[in-house]
Amino acid sequence: MIYERSALAVLIFLAFVGMTLGLSFYLGRKARSAQAYFAAGGGIHWFVNGVAFAGDYLSAASFLGICGIIAFYGYDGFLYSIGFLAGWIVALLVVAEPLKRLGKYTFADALDARFQSRGIRLAAAVSTLAVSIFYLIPQMVGAGALIQPLLDWPHWVGVLLVGTTVVMIVLTAGMVSTTYVQFIKGSLLVFFSGILTILILQRGLRVDSRPEASESQTITITADGKKLINGKPQGRGEGETDLRPVGHVSELPGGVQETGPLGPLEYLSTLADSRIVLWDKKEQKHDDGSKTITFSSREVSGDQVLRPGNHPIFRGIHSKVVTDRLEFISLMLALFGGTASLPHILIRYYTVKDQAAARKSTVVGIAVIGCFYVLTLYLGLGAMTSGALDVSDENMAAPLLARTFGAFLFAVISAIAFTTVLGTVSGLIVAASGAVVHDLLASFVRTPFSDHDKVRIGKLAAVVVGVIGMALGILFHGMNVGFLVGWAFSVAASANLPSLVMLLFWKGTTRQGIIAAILVGMTASLAWILVSGDTYVKVYGWNKADALVPFSQPGIVTIPLGFVVLVIVSLLTRPRQATA
Amino acid sequence: MGGWDHGPSTATDDQSAETSARNARYGLWLFALYCAAYAAFVLLNAFVPDSMTKRSLGGLTVSVLYGLGLIALAFVLSLVYAWMCRTNLPPKDDKTTGGAS
Repeated sequence: MIYERSALAVLIFLAFVGMTLGLSFYLGRKARSAQAYFAAGGGIHWFVNGVAFAGDYLSAASFLGICGIIAFYGYDGFLYSIGFLAGWIVALLVVAEPLKRLGKYTFADALDARFQSRGIRLAAAVSTLAVSIFYLIPQMVGAGALIQPLLDWPHWVGVLLVGTTVVMIVLTAGMVSTTYVQFIKGSLLVFFSGILTILILQRGLRVDSRPEASESQTITITADGKKLINGKPQGRGEGETDLRPVGHVSELPGGVQETGPLGPLEYLSTLADSRIVLWDKKEQKHDDGSKTITFSSREVSGDQVLRPGNHPIFRGIHSKVVTDRLEFISLMLALFGGTASLPHILIRYYTVKDQAAARKSTVVGIAVIGCFYVLTLYLGLGAMTSGALDVSDENMAAPLLARTFGAFLFAVISAIAFTTVLGTVSGLIVAASGAVVHDLLASFVRTPFSDHDKVRIGKLAAVVVGVIGMALGILFHGMNVGFLVGWAFSVAASANLPSLVMLLFWKGTTRQGIIAAILVGMTASLAWILVSGDTYVKVYGWNKADALVPFSQPGIVTIPLGFVVLVIVSLLTRPRQATA
Repeated sequence: MGGWDHGPSTATDDQSAETSARNARYGLWLFALYCAAYAAFVLLNAFVPDSMTKRSLGGLTVSVLYGLGLIALAFVLSLVYAWMCRTNLPPKDDKTTGGAS
C-alpha cells in the first residue's frame, strides 16, 4: 500500500527521537565508570526499573507483531501474549533472586560464580551474542516497516536510522540512559494503547456490507521487477491503482448494523457472535518468472476467530498428525522458558540495589506487561474490524488502526513504536557489548583492563553489533516480526535455560556440563531453525516439504536436549571427591 | 585464575542464606501452581481445541477467559510471592558465604 506522508507525524517522530537522544547525552555525562556504564551503578529505583523491564520487553515484536497476528488470524496472536507473560513467572519465581545474588554485570557472572571458569564465560558470551543478534533482527525489521508509511522512506533507510540512533544512545551513556529511555517508552506505550482501546470500545462494531469490501486483490511482480496491483501499476495517478484497505465485520448478532459503544467484556462476547472477514494469502510463481500474490477473503464466525488455529503455525492443532501439534506445544514452551533466558532482560537485574528491589521491580514489570498484553487483544481485534488493514503487511496493523482515529494518534503511535524499537535495540546492544567485554575478552586476555578501557571496548563492541544488526534487518525485510521473535526465544531458552536452572537447583552440575549444555542447546536450536520448513519457504524460497525437520519450532526438542546434555556431561565429569 | 577483577558480587547481598532458601522454596511452589495452569492450557489447546470455543461466563469463549485468566494469575502470584518474601530472616551466626555453596 502507498501511505501518505504526514508533516505532523514527521514532527512528532523527530521530537521523540530528539528527546531520547537529549536524555541520553544528559545522563551520559554522569556515567563514567564501568559499573555505571554496564549496570547503571546498581542505583536505579525499583519502580523505574520495573517499568523499564516492560520497556525492554515490549519490543516492536510485541506491539507490531502481536497486533498484526491478531488482526489477521485472531486468537493466535494472543497466544504469544500469554506465552510471553508466562515467561515472566519463570523469571520472577525461579531465576531473579539467585541471579541477582550471584552476578554483577552479565549472566555469565552468575553461571560462573561457583566455578571461576574461562570456558563458561566464553560459552555464555557466545550464546549472549547469538541471542542478542537473533533478537535484533525482528527489531530492525520492525523499524524499517514503521519508517515506510510514516516518512515514506524505503525499508533500509528505517533500519539504518534506528541502528545509528541506537548506537549513539549506547555510546553516550550505556545502561543509565537505556533504562530511562525504556521507562519513558514503557509508560507511553501502555498509556496510548489504553487510549486506543477506549476509542475502540467507544466505536463498537459496525457491519460493512459493500460487496467490494470482500473482493480478492492481487499483487503481481512481473519478470522485470514491476509491481502490478489488481493488474494495474501501483500508484495514485490515472490508470493506476493501489491495494484497498480491508478488515470488516459482515454480520452482527441480532442483525443490527452497528452496536454503538461496548464494554470490554461485551466487546469480546459480541465479536464471538458475529461473522468476520479474514484474509488468506496465496503465492503463485509463473513460468515466465513473474509472481502473483492473491489475497482472498474468507468469512468466519466470531468464535472461530477467538480460538487458536487460524495462523499457519498453529493450524496443526486441528490436524490429525501428531507432529503438527508439536509445533504449537514447542512454541509455547519456548515462549515460557525464553523470557528468563534473554540476556537483555537478565542484565536488568543488576541495575537495582538488592534482591528485594529485584523482586519488586519484577512485580511492577509483570503488572505493566500484563496490562499491555490484555490491551493487545483489543488493539488486534480492533484492527481486524477497522477496515484499514494493509493486506500485504501484517506489521502495520496497529499504526493503521490508530490512523482510523485521526492523524495525531497515528503519528503518536508510530513514534512510540519507533522509540520502542530504539529502546529494545539499545538494551540488546548493551547486553551484547557487556558480554564481549566481561566474558569474551576475559576468557582470552589475562591482564585485567582498566575501567576506562572496559568502557571503551564496550562501546566499540556496541558499534560492531549495531552494524551486524542493521545488515540482518535489511536482509529479513518483510517477515512478521512476532514470528521472528519466537525464534529468538527458542534459541535463548535452548542455550541458557538448562544451565541457569540446573546450576541453581542441582548440586551435581559441573563446569563441563554447563559449557556443553550452552553450546549444544545453542547450536542445535540454530541448526534446527536453519533446516526447518518455515526458513525453507520464507528465507531461501524453497519447498516446505523438503525441510529436514518435521516442524519448525525447535523448543520442544532442543530445550530438553540441553538438560539431558548437561546432566550426562556433569555425571561423566563428576569430581572424585564428594560433590561441592 | 587470571586475576579478572569482577567475581561474584557480595557487596549488595543483604539477605541471609536462609532467607534466600526460604524465598526460593516459596518461588518453586508458586511456580508449580502456574506451570500446572499453563500446561493445562497448552494441552487443552493442542488436543481438545474445540473446548476453546465453548461459551462460559458472560458469553465469553473459554479461550478468551482462560487466556485473560492466565495473565491475571501471573499478576496475582507475583503479588503473593512479593508479600511472602517481604521479611528477611535474621542471619545465622555461622554464615560464611552469601552465594550458593
